[in-house]
Amino acid sequence: MASAEGQQHPLAIYFWIWGLLFVLSFCSYMVDYLNLQGNLRWGLILLFMFLKAGFIVAIFMHMKWERLSLKFAIMGPPVAILVLISLMALEGHYVQDNRIDNYGESTFEPQELPHH
Amino acid sequence: MSEAVADHTGVAEPAGRPGVAFDFSRDKQVFPVPWGKAMMWIFLLSDTFIFSCFLVSYMKVRIATTDPWPSTAEVFSLTIYGHSIPLVLIAIMTFILITSSGTMAMAVNMGYRKDRKKTFWLMVATAALGASFVGMQAFEWTKLIVDHGVRPWGNPMGAAQFGSTFFMITGFHGMHVSAGVIYLLVIAFRVKNGFYERRGGNYEIVEITGLYWHFVDLVWVFIFAFFYLW
Repeated sequence: MASAEGQQHPLAIYFWIWGLLFVLSFCSYMVDYLNLQGNLRWGLILLFMFLKAGFIVAIFMHMKWERLSLKFAIMGPPVAILVLISLMALEGHYVQDNRIDNYGESTFEPQELPHH
Repeated sequence: MSEAVADHTGVAEPAGRPGVAFDFSRDKQVFPVPWGKAMMWIFLLSDTFIFSCFLVSYMKVRIATTDPWPSTAEVFSLTIYGHSIPLVLIAIMTFILITSSGTMAMAVNMGYRKDRKKTFWLMVATAALGASFVGMQAFEWTKLIVDHGVRPWGNPMGAAQFGSTFFMITGFHGMHVSAGVIYLLVIAFRVKNGFYERRGGNYEIVEITGLYWHFVDLVWVFIFAFFYLW
């Protein structure tokens, strides 16, 4: 058990993950730079985000080598956030509908950004 | 993780799913990790909920507003040699944070090898990268407040909620980075002056500090995706 005498692993795996995080960050930046839109944009942003988060937690934070009891205790509770996200998305759309019904569409006139 | 291993009492610890029931029912410490590490994980779990609340409230007000949302690609662009490059500063900040995560992972590894000198310098490098991240964030805030007129209660480009959520989320994250820089420096100098050598030469603390630092990087991954790329 790795955690009994501390988490010591070969350096190579850290260098691999390090490089991979750079590549993934570059990819998510390119999504914006190439101005991809719609489902493709969303799919790619979420894919790169979850891959990066997964590698950081699994390898850099050593979760991969911890016992399953610790994995469950830490990774389980955040699943509840998915419920909060769905409830607040519903609430948000409801509030927006009410605003449009009662106050009408936005009359906001965006100003041009100053260019330097 | 595949085979059962005996703990110091000689009882075999089953691996995998039977190990979960075994750990929680063995009438002693549940997690076979140092208490500091277990507590850091639990603190990070609570911090996960705080940042989630911020990001979820950002999502909610962004859905609910009828005003247009300012284009982050334009707001956070920088003009370099006459070309306007979208999100360039944010991209540099992202790369700096990932670099610092790498140096931190190396520091943890060197700590377990009891190489105090390398551990110290790698932790100082991590702290320096963290400090430069905060510096760039200060530059970004100044640009937004002074040049673009963004305030927590409104801005000329669109929905007022843009400013309030931006300052709250990136401010709270920046505060975590700043606290992390101080934490890293304290531990780094203790490693250097032999503080842990006098306590049995256990460098688990470097890994615990690393957990906090990687978490700060982890939160930035989500902020980058949801706030800047959306």
